[in-house]
Amino acid sequence: MTDKSKSKQAVTKVDRRKFMAGVAVAGAAVVSTEAKSAILPPGAPAPAAPSAMRPSTVMAQAEVATASVSAPAYPGTQNGKPGSDYMVDVLKTLDIEYIVTNPASSCRGIHESIVNYGGNRMPELLTTMHEESGTAMAHGYFKVALKPMGSLCHGTVGLQHAAMAVYNAWCDRAPILMMIGNEMDANVRRPGVPTTHAAQDPAAMIRDFTKWDDQPGSLQHFSESMVRAYRISMTPPYEPVLIVMGEELQEGVPEPGHFENFSIPKVALPTPPQGESNAVRETAAMLVAAENPVFVVDRVARTPAGLALMVELAELLQATVVDQGGRMNFPNMHHLAARGAAAIRRADVVVGMELTDFWGTVNDFSDTAHAQQGPIVREGTRMVSIGTGDVYIRANYQDFQRYQPVDIAIAADAEATLPSLIEAVRMLLDGAARTRIDNRGQAARDAYNTARSRVAADAAASAWNASPISGARLSFELWELIKNEDWALVSRDQSISNWPHRVWTFDKYYQWIGGPGGAGIGYGLPAAVGAALAHRPHGRLVVNIQNDGDCMYAPGALWTAAHHKIPLLNVMHNNRAYHQEVMHLQRMASWRQRGLSDGSWRVATTIENPNVDYAKLAESMGVAGIGPIENPNDLAPALRRAIDIVKAGEPALVDVITQPR
Amino acid sequence: MRSIRLLAGAAAILVPILIAGSAFAADAAAGEEAFVRFGCYTCHGYEGQGAGTGPKLAPEPLAFDAFSTFVRQTSGDMPPFTPATLSDEELQNIHAYLESIPATPDPASIPLLQQLQ
Ligand code: HEC
Repeated sequence: MTDKSKSKQAVTKVDRRKFMAGVAVAGAAVVSTEAKSAILPPGAPAPAAPSAMRPSTVMAQAEVATASVSAPAYPGTQNGKPGSDYMVDVLKTLDIEYIVTNPASSCRGIHESIVNYGGNRMPELLTTMHEESGTAMAHGYFKVALKPMGSLCHGTVGLQHAAMAVYNAWCDRAPILMMIGNEMDANVRRPGVPTTHAAQDPAAMIRDFTKWDDQPGSLQHFSESMVRAYRISMTPPYEPVLIVMGEELQEGVPEPGHFENFSIPKVALPTPPQGESNAVRETAAMLVAAENPVFVVDRVARTPAGLALMVELAELLQATVVDQGGRMNFPNMHHLAARGAAAIRRADVVVGMELTDFWGTVNDFSDTAHAQQGPIVREGTRMVSIGTGDVYIRANYQDFQRYQPVDIAIAADAEATLPSLIEAVRMLLDGAARTRIDNRGQAARDAYNTARSRVAADAAASAWNASPISGARLSFELWELIKNEDWALVSRDQSISNWPHRVWTFDKYYQWIGGPGGAGIGYGLPAAVGAALAHRPHGRLVVNIQNDGDCMYAPGALWTAAHHKIPLLNVMHNNRAYHQEVMHLQRMASWRQRGLSDGSWRVATTIENPNVDYAKLAESMGVAGIGPIENPNDLAPALRRAIDIVKAGEPALVDVITQPR
Repeated sequence: MRSIRLLAGAAAILVPILIAGSAFAADAAAGEEAFVRFGCYTCHGYEGQGAGTGPKLAPEPLAFDAFSTFVRQTSGDMPPFTPATLSDEELQNIHAYLESIPATPDPASIPLLQQLQ
């Protein structure tokens, strides 16, 4: 951050060493004229002395004649810890491994404390090249580590950069501890840029998509608010929170002895709400009586326990599960796993758990000129929702989706409700029900065995040798190389027609982390780096199938991976376009009957001419770059080379020129 | 502009076929060019192999009448291409291109796909 007021610092610096706002000053006396002159620019008129002016540390030192008023007097820490050291004490109680930051003057106090006072361990600072990337890293990290990362940003402009990533995390129910610096007191704030970067209420900009924020007025207040913020963000629904740290609070040095009563509250995370027992029993009865019960799940598995419980419930009922993939909710190769709407069309009971979009799940909406829409479920299908969406909702941003009426709405955390639902189902299973369920299970097993792999193999075989390389070929080549490793995929696979989910066997919680939540582009690469960081201590082989458009939002995340030695295999899905927008433009041109023959839909949607060389891009930032790979027969050797590098503890990137989808 | 080629043997084969009601020879090479220029590939893949965004069109595309009726009149997830934007001749060429795409190999002949058999 440039700071054009630096030249003025010599004049104003001493004044910044005053006690922080909100700390009562005991025994403050009227300052001597000599001490006062030390803080005034030459020739400036002396202000009228207030009746009880707070002395700065320098003033105090001047008073006891330990420092010359003519030489700059840096207080050091001999008079006690600076405020930001206390902040680090608080952070150290919260089991925060990492704080990601792009360095900023408004955070210089806490930055210095984390490094020199905290020893840069628990938390350790990670360098990001953009606050949006840093925050997306924290997002990806959480979904593997299951504990939050801090994202330390410059006030105002840093937070503005971070905002989209905060929105993604909000939609995806991922906690992030956002922290920014800010200085409200114009009298101590450096003029120029630092003042431009200050705000009365910097949190306002992201308040619609954070669960809580505060701007503490004292260190004790910080201590309580930071712990509270952690607790709120880690209570389902998990969400980002923000703490604004006054620069004075960070940089001020409390008087010795003043903080004997400083305390850090214990964090006791609240237990999430479980479904009300009558509603759970009624749902169980509906499920047991159903011919074709279907579970639709999006973020039901907050933890690995949720995955295990979902399998238990589905098997108990031999009921189909449609996993919308916000998390690793259900093993994709399980005989009860279904993709697409067909299972929902057949259902007589649909139980939606932690769904983002229940309406879109049971209705069809065609992107046509007339927005054709309507239910896909059969007449009379009963519906139940279980989720924290009914516990907590905000206005403005429409991520709560369209309103869907249901027969039973259980306002509760679904994972926490699963044990009681399983128990309630078990109590109702009599002999007749068991027979019906066994038959249903057998039918599902038969259908699974005969159909699934043949369909996938046939589909993959066409365009097997095509260049650009097909998503199927890419996925099979990759699978062959990782299937005997402890692997994890940290990117979505929608952009390559879900081929990994059609081919790979996902059965461990950490093998899949869902997507950005808010569909904000620029999430993919940094979130993958963050997730890979969380995988690192486990020694897993982490794969990121990286969309080219997304990569160019935040390529600096590659540097972060190289700098912090985060092993990650990046495989470019390089279709040289913002391909979704290509299709949207074509649709518009088709509806309007123009511009199709001359490819007008390529204007401002493709990333060609010149083509981006992603291998060189990676190399320039210290990441091994391989490619571009255009011939499918070159793919396996390139991937093998890259995997060797990743296994040695470094990131690598293979640029693959791919079919559009 | 197009930096992308097909490796598989579909390129540059002239497939002369007679289309009902018209007497000109449909040109598969021109069809391939039109398939890209009109952007059919964006949803169906460069070889019409299909993707999450559009079904498989080749090999063995729908017979031309059904093919043409669909492309001209669809009002569903695929935007229609009317004669105002895509001429009959170009559509016939596209169809010829799709017809020229060789049969999909048996997955059993592809080692990586054998695991799914
Ligand atoms: C924006 C995406 C998109 C584009 C561009 C597109 N299609 Fe389609 N196409 C689809 C979708 C989606 C379907 C399935 C629609 C349905 O079932 O209603 C489809 C279906 C078809 C079908 C019917 C296939 C069958 O077996 O039923 C044909 C034929 C077809 N497309 C040809 C073309 C041709 C030729 C072009 C270029 C001139 C083209 N499409 C461009 C998305 C697209």
